[in-house]
Amino acid sequence: MALLALPGVAFLSVVFLLPLLLLLWSSIRGEGGFTVQGYVRVLGDAYYIGVIGNSLQLGLITTAGAFILGYPAAFALARARGYAQVVLFALVFLPLTVSIIVKSFGWGIVLRRDGILNWLMLNLGLIERPVRMIFTEGALYAGMINVFLPFMVLPVYSVVRMIDPRYGDAAATLGASPWYRFTRVTLPLTLPGVVAGASLVFSLAVAAYVTPSLLMGDRYMTMSMVMAKAFLNLRDWQLGGAMAAVLLAVAAAVVVGASLMQRRLARHGGGA
Amino acid sequence: MTVDRLGTGIAWTALILVIGFLLLPIVVVIPVSFTESTVFRFPPEGFSLQWYGRIRNVDGLLGALWLSAQIAALSTATALLLGTLCAIALVRGVVPGAAAITTFMVSPLMLPGLVLGIALLQTMREVGLRDAWWSLYLAHVVITLPFVMRTVLASLALFDFAMVDAARTLGCSYPKALWRVLVPNILPGFISGALFAFIASFDNYPVSMFLVDVRTKTLPIQLLNYLEISPDPTLAAVSTVLIGLTVVVLILCDRLVGLRRMASI
Repeated sequence: MALLALPGVAFLSVVFLLPLLLLLWSSIRGEGGFTVQGYVRVLGDAYYIGVIGNSLQLGLITTAGAFILGYPAAFALARARGYAQVVLFALVFLPLTVSIIVKSFGWGIVLRRDGILNWLMLNLGLIERPVRMIFTEGALYAGMINVFLPFMVLPVYSVVRMIDPRYGDAAATLGASPWYRFTRVTLPLTLPGVVAGASLVFSLAVAAYVTPSLLMGDRYMTMSMVMAKAFLNLRDWQLGGAMAAVLLAVAAAVVVGASLMQRRLARHGGGA
Repeated sequence: MTVDRLGTGIAWTALILVIGFLLLPIVVVIPVSFTESTVFRFPPEGFSLQWYGRIRNVDGLLGALWLSAQIAALSTATALLLGTLCAIALVRGVVPGAAAITTFMVSPLMLPGLVLGIALLQTMREVGLRDAWWSLYLAHVVITLPFVMRTVLASLALFDFAMVDAARTLGCSYPKALWRVLVPNILPGFISGALFAFIASFDNYPVSMFLVDVRTKTLPIQLLNYLEISPDPTLAAVSTVLIGLTVVVLILCDRLVGLRRMASI
């Protein structure tokens, strides 16, 4: 019976684990043997520190934006009933299945100088001449939130759906104010969904490649863009490998941090 | 109670904003694909189907579509086979370190796509595998396997294996019992896992970009190339066709398993 697991585990060991170890190995392999030069180049250079900062900032802003929009929306989605809920759910779900290239292309049409947003604002009299929006940081953040928002809404939605509304009623009967009820009852109950959504959005956004390179290009270099350049244009395996290791460390930290938080929440959930 | 109503109002406003915001870049593509002019302009001028006719003439587009469909279908099928066998072993609890293996089997999901692509590119070079089709196929099995593992593990957790034993007592061979009893029972998990896996493969850019060659390009790579070289409404027409296909697939899946059930992975 245990042998059934073997083909899958063997496959991933050879095609996934081995390549990863090889990549990490190449980041510390120099001409005369072992070297940390790749890491010195990445972590000792203000430019690359800036790139790492850009990626982290992009991840944080995308996560915050997705939370602010997605958290309350998940409540409405979970509280909707019947046919309305199916339709609303399908509308949140559909964008997940549409290609990221199509979406980035659509953002271009929205934000262009002769695009929809400028046309709308001109006709409403909000502006007198078209504003440059594409290739600005604001456009990048909006595009990133657009791509990753469903990954925040869906986990929070699935937690909110499980909350018994009578908890709130019970708190109200005991004289709790709406604000107190929200911060002491509802919010703690939804935290597992928030942690799941936030860690998912952050780790996807910090590693994003397509959206930043289409909406900003070289003006806002991220870790992924440096890696792509190092491997495809510069053929600098040491630099690319070291950058990949840094990104890997960030991703691992998010996964470990999120699972520690989930474990704590699960433990407190019983006693609260 | 007015504060409660305020909260409900905020939630509904947010949901409407979220849906409008999410659909905006998808919906705008559709009118642009029917425009008469050669440049994007809003509102679009006239009505014509010329850009749909041009899809055929775009170099390599149909080939890329076929390649992506092939890779996505074959890698999903392979992942279903490897993933289901592994999930059965893990759920029956006869594997030492089952929890660690489970984490390992879904871990490609947490790995930045670009890192996986680079690592595979390097390894394939070291072992001398220069064929783009095989590189893409192997890489996409790694991409699709975690999706299958997650959903199949979740459905197997709810399956009663005594039914397989019952079928065997009644004279079924073990593989036949799995096929006749287990597979129909976990079919919803299969379908939703396969759908997510297929989409993840079909839409993958960051892993594929390192493994394609001049003649073997997947659809996202070819589309992005085209977007960079000649961004005309043909791309809007292609996008509209892709969106239409997605809607059809989603409706089919809703009929088969129910969308809400699928998304609860």
